[in-house]
Amino acid sequence: MPILEVKNLRVSYHTYAGEVKSVRGVNFTLEKGEALAIVGESGCGKSVTAKSVMGLIKAPQGEVKDGSEILYNGENILNYDKKQWQNYKGGECAIIFQDALAALNPTMKVGKQIMENLIEHKHMTKAEAEKEAIEMLRLVGIPEPEKRVKQYPHQFSGGMRQRVMIAIAFACDPKILICDEPTTALDVTIQGQILDIIKDLQHKNGTSVIMITHDLGVVANIAQKIAVMYSGIIVERGTCEDIFYKPRHPYTWALIKSVPRLDLENKQELATIPGTPPDLLNPLIGCPFSTRCEYCMQICKEQMPEYTEFGSEHTAACWLHHPLAPKVEMPNLEGGN
Amino acid sequence: MENKEVLFSIEHLKKYFNVGRDAVLKAVDDVSFEIYKGETLGMVGESGCGKTTCGRTTIGLYDKTDGKVLFKGKDVHAMTAKEKFEFKKNVQMVFQDPYSSLNPRMTVADIIGEGIDIHKLAKNKEERQQMIYKYLELVGLNKEHANRFVHEFSGGQRQRIGIARALAVQPEFMVLDEPISALDVSIQAQIVNLLIDLQKKMGLTYLFVAHDLSMVKHISDRVAVLYLGTLVELTTSEELYKNPNHPYTKALLSAIPIPDPKIEAQNDKNKIRLQGEVPSPINTKAGCKFAGRCQYAIDICEKQMPQLKDIGNNHFVACHLCSGDIK
Repeated sequence: MPILEVKNLRVSYHTYAGEVKSVRGVNFTLEKGEALAIVGESGCGKSVTAKSVMGLIKAPQGEVKDGSEILYNGENILNYDKKQWQNYKGGECAIIFQDALAALNPTMKVGKQIMENLIEHKHMTKAEAEKEAIEMLRLVGIPEPEKRVKQYPHQFSGGMRQRVMIAIAFACDPKILICDEPTTALDVTIQGQILDIIKDLQHKNGTSVIMITHDLGVVANIAQKIAVMYSGIIVERGTCEDIFYKPRHPYTWALIKSVPRLDLENKQELATIPGTPPDLLNPLIGCPFSTRCEYCMQICKEQMPEYTEFGSEHTAACWLHHPLAPKVEMPNLEGGN
Repeated sequence: MENKEVLFSIEHLKKYFNVGRDAVLKAVDDVSFEIYKGETLGMVGESGCGKTTCGRTTIGLYDKTDGKVLFKGKDVHAMTAKEKFEFKKNVQMVFQDPYSSLNPRMTVADIIGEGIDIHKLAKNKEERQQMIYKYLELVGLNKEHANRFVHEFSGGQRQRIGIARALAVQPEFMVLDEPISALDVSIQAQIVNLLIDLQKKMGLTYLFVAHDLSMVKHISDRVAVLYLGTLVELTTSEELYKNPNHPYTKALLSAIPIPDPKIEAQNDKNKIRLQGEVPSPINTKAGCKFAGRCQYAIDICEKQMPQLKDIGNNHFVACHLCSGDIK
C-alpha cells in the first residue's frame, strides 16, 4: 500500500476578486522511501498541493473542497480530529519551506525550536531533548553544534538556516518530508550540500519525500518520480526516466526545451512558451495549456482531455494521444540541431 | 580578440564600504578586465561576491575607492557634469527586481518617456508618443499598454518594460543585473531571447550579471568568475565550460545539477563538494581569498594573493597552481 494517496484534490481560495481554484483535481501516490518531484511554474498549484498534504490550508480563505481525499496509510487525513492532526503534523509529516528566515521563529533560540518538536512528539525531557537537538544539528553539518543551539536564527547564514529547518523537520523521524523549494534561495554550491543532506537522511530513515521545485536540474538529481503541474492540474506523471527521456505532453516538452543545458554545446535560440499561464479566477474550459500550445486543436479548446496511460505509471492528459488525433513526433528536447 | 574595439577598460578597480569602526567590506578588490564593443560579458559568482557592485561601479552608480574605469578612454569617475550627462545616455541598466525598480505611480508611457524627455530626443509630443510605441513593440508589448500602470503587468511583462525604459535613450551599453532571476523558467527563455535579438538589431554591448551559470553560458561571449570581490577566471564561455582552470570555477560548475537523470546519477559520485560557505568579505585576510575552502591550497596561497595571468588563448586565471608558477 502506498504511504500517501491523493485523490481528486481540489483546493480553492476565496478572494475579493472571486474564487481562485488553485488545485483542480490532483491525483498521485507516494510509495515508502520514494522521492516525488512536483514541477511547474509559479501559480500552478504545486505549493498549495503540498500544503494540503501537510494540513496547512487555512479557513476561511482557503478551502479543501468536498470529495477530496488525502489517504495517509489508508486513512483520510481530512477527517482527522484535533488530536490526530497534532500527531500527524511534525510527527508523521514534516515540511521545509523556501524562506527559512521567515519560517523560523526569530525570538526563539534554534535549539528550543528543535526541542519543541521532540518534547511534543517523543515525550522527551528537556535535557534529553537538548542532547538530541545538538545531535540533529551535527547530523545536518552545522559546526560547533553545542554553541549553535543557543543562538538565534538571525545569527545563521541562509544555508545554515535551511540546515536548521531540516534538523527540525527530521527531529521526529517523519514518514513523509515535504520540501517546498528548499534550495531556490540558496547559491549553487550550498544547494548541492543541502540536497546531499536531504538525500542522505532520506536513505537512512526510509523517508518519503515530496519535492516542490521549478528547477529541472534539482529534479534530475533527487527524484524517482515526477508530476508536472499546470494551472492546478497534473498534466503528466511518470518516473524520472519517463519524463526526461520520453515525455508525452507538449507542456513537458516545452519546459525541458526552455532550459539551457550546461553540458551541451548549443548556442541556438532557446525554445520559449509564448504567453502566460491562464488566470485561475476564470473557469477552465478545455485543456488549460491550449492557449499556449503549438499543437492546439479545436477539441483542446472545448474539452479537458482524459489521461492516457503509457506503461505502468506514466500518464499524460493530452488530446494528441487520442486514437483519432494526428500523429505528432516528440521534438528534439535538446533544442535545435 | 586583439582587433576588437575596447568599450570599457576597468583597471585595478576597488570598491570598499565602511561598515562600522575598523571594519571594511571589500566588495570589489582589485579587479581588472575589458569589455569589447558588441560582446556580452557574463559575470558570475555566489551571492555577496561583488558582482552587482562591480557592475554598478563600472557605470558610475557607485564612487570607486581606487583604480580606474575608462569608457572609450575617458575616466568615468572624473567626468565633468556635461560629459556625465552624455555618458548616462550611452549607458543604461536593467535591474533584477521588476517589481521595485519601476515607479508604481507612473504610467508605462511616462516611465519610457522620462529618458526621452531628459535627453530631448523627441522634437514634439507626437514624436515622443511614436517613440514610446516603437520601444513597446520592440520588446513585445503593444500600444494599448502605454497608458497602464505597472501593477497591471506580470513579472515577465514588467521586465520587458524595464528593458524598453533602458532602450529608450538609445544606449550603446547595458548592465543587466540578474534580469531573469525573478522570473519563471518559461518566461526566462522569452526574456533571454529578446535580449539576444535586441543585441543583434541594435549592436548593443551587455554586461550580464547573474548567478545562473547555464543561462550565462547561453548568452555570453566571455565569462568572468568572481569570488569575494576578486576576479578568479576570465575567458570565452566555451573555454570556461570545457576547460575550467581555477579550483573555484571547477567546483562551481560541478555543483550545478544537469536536467538529465542519467548524467546526474553518473556525476553525483565525482562531484567536487565545496565545504563550508563563502566567508565574510569584511576584513579579509591576505593571500588567495579562496584558500580557506580550496582542497589544493598550499603555503603560498595563504600568504600571497595570486595575480590574474594569461595561460594562453586569452584564458586568464588567478591561481598560484594554475598559472604555472608552481606545479
